[in-house]
Amino acid sequence: STSATSYGSIEKKICIVGAGPAGFYAAQYLLKHLPNCSIDVIERLPVPFGLVRFGVAPDHPEVKNVINTFTKTAEHPKFNFFGNLSLGSDVTLKELRERYHAVLLTYGAERDRKLNIPNETESKNILSAREFVAWYNGLPGAENLNPDLSGKNVALIGQGNVAIDVARILLSPLDKLKETDITEYALEALTRSKVEKVYLVGRRGPLQAAFTIKELREMLKLPNVSTLWREEDFKGVPEVIPSLQRPRKRITELMLTSLQAQKSASNISNKQFLPIFLRSPKNILGNQLELTVNELKENAAVPTAASETLPSDLILRSIGYQSTCVDPEINFDQKKGLICNKAGRVICKDPSNNPEPGLYVAGWLGTGPTGVILTTMNGAFAVARTICEDFEANKIAHDEQKPGLDTTGKRIVTWKGWQQIDKAEEAEGKKHGKPREKIVHVDEMLKVAGV
Amino acid sequence: TTVPNVQKDAEEVEVTFIKANGERVKSKGKVGDSLLDVVVNNSLDFDGFGACEGTLTCSTCHLIFKPADYENLPEKPSDEECDMLDLAYELCDTSRLGCQITLTKEMNGLEVQVPATINDARAVPDS
Ligand SMILES: Cc1cc2nc3c(=O)[nH]c(=O)nc-3n(C[C@H](O)[C@H](O)[C@H](O)COP(=O)(O)OP(=O)(O)OC[C@H]3O[C@@H](n4cnc5c(N)ncnc54)[C@H](O)[C@@H]3O)c2cc1C
Ligand code: FES
Repeated sequence: STSATSYGSIEKKICIVGAGPAGFYAAQYLLKHLPNCSIDVIERLPVPFGLVRFGVAPDHPEVKNVINTFTKTAEHPKFNFFGNLSLGSDVTLKELRERYHAVLLTYGAERDRKLNIPNETESKNILSAREFVAWYNGLPGAENLNPDLSGKNVALIGQGNVAIDVARILLSPLDKLKETDITEYALEALTRSKVEKVYLVGRRGPLQAAFTIKELREMLKLPNVSTLWREEDFKGVPEVIPSLQRPRKRITELMLTSLQAQKSASNISNKQFLPIFLRSPKNILGNQLELTVNELKENAAVPTAASETLPSDLILRSIGYQSTCVDPEINFDQKKGLICNKAGRVICKDPSNNPEPGLYVAGWLGTGPTGVILTTMNGAFAVARTICEDFEANKIAHDEQKPGLDTTGKRIVTWKGWQQIDKAEEAEGKKHGKPREKIVHVDEMLKVAGV
Repeated sequence: TTVPNVQKDAEEVEVTFIKANGERVKSKGKVGDSLLDVVVNNSLDFDGFGACEGTLTCSTCHLIFKPADYENLPEKPSDEECDMLDLAYELCDTSRLGCQITLTKEMNGLEVQVPATINDARAVPDS
């Protein structure tokens, strides 16, 4: 049936797997720069936006403004959203490869890294920070986490922005959180919280801290919370400041200014944010966390024989994420936890090391879980440009029409369906003085979407 | 937001954006507009520009000024602007965030550079 169609007029059909920032930014770029293409996005959940909805902290609504651009992309006539459809269980990669000219995988990095210390699996008081985030942000399946907030001390392991987000949510005044789209059950649990001290444990020193300056400044400005540093952690730090690059220099100066302020502070709040450097988790002994004391050698943390303990009624691990291999056809690097690729082109499973024509990866699934939305955007644009170039160079066969997704027997949420969910959530939120109240059960989402 | 040229009373300011490939994009804004407004109101085609819509949480509105123009900007960057600039690619001594720069009459004829974010090697994923 395709022989009559002239070569150039065949619509290039591309499937993007995962409706997070990487998927949306790639779609935006392709719709603008690749002539005669159509984009189908399949998403595991009935709702779009990935970590913008389920990761970004509720008290950072400005960060979620990217949703407006994503929505504009979604309204393009050549964009289709297929929510509630999982690669690996509802559809296979093989099927997608047959039904599209190109497939771009952007399904993120959902599994968290373990500490691998004794008692980690058995202890009831350790959770992953990512689960905690999912809980307050209403990710389906996370609503029954029931984090125990009846103790005074929380230890966060890891010093990235996610750890800072969690610290801020635990220490923020409630009246600030009430006006956000935080889930009602999380708000209720935080109302009963007895948490006073939140430790932020990092294995290296202040000069290697992973959080960014914006997040730190926000912590320092949080009402009724004192930030207390350990002075000994800053030994030798002031001396190196002149040799630092601007971003590192500014954040280090901010830490030192805060340390100075703490020395002359007249009153210290009950609620405290306590960064701790040069310590690695060693063991969990009930509500004590044993830490190894590290030394810094050429920017690396080297363990010493010394250790100390930290009171920790609740421990939240936040030392990074890994992707998972959702389909056996995927050439997955188990060690790194990402898909084997060269600049976004997925590498063949055979020993040739050649790129697989028409198969791509972008976002955290291809780069590992680093960087902010901006980083993800740049990466996704770059991979989308590669796709355009590969079409142009005929590295992707497109002399035959492709049928696109076979939706028979599938319960799919379309973009219209999502808009119904969106409306319902906003209406419910209004009743509580919030921008939205998220629906957390997939069944209910499907009902509202009319599926 | 209104299209600048329909507002006759507000004074117009001409701004040229220079893309990484050398392309010069001439446009106009009103006194009081931000440089982000100019990009948005004129539908200028810079991929990903202004992602957070001017709320100082993204750094995608990064622009590079000529040293003399930079010195003449009426306001120094706030701590919060510097914090976001620290995350920008190709950060240099005359970098500012477009959403934080408000046009004045004196800026007529201004030329600013739009950094080539997507060409940045750090942004290209590789395993
Ligand atoms: C807790 C947290 C807070 C953050 N806060 C900020 C912030 O404030 N500012 C900022 O700039 N960046 C922030 N980030 C980083 C930002 O979220 C990431 O850079 C970005 O979301 C990565 O985009 P992605 O598209 O690769 O992955 P994701 O956003 O994870 O999107 C992946 C999508 O794929 C879907 N999916 C998963 N499996 C399948 C499957 N089998 N089939 C189909 N679909 C599937 C998922 O449901 C999801 O929608 C935060 C990250 C986290 C974890
Ligand atoms: S538009 Fe985001 S910081 Fe200017």
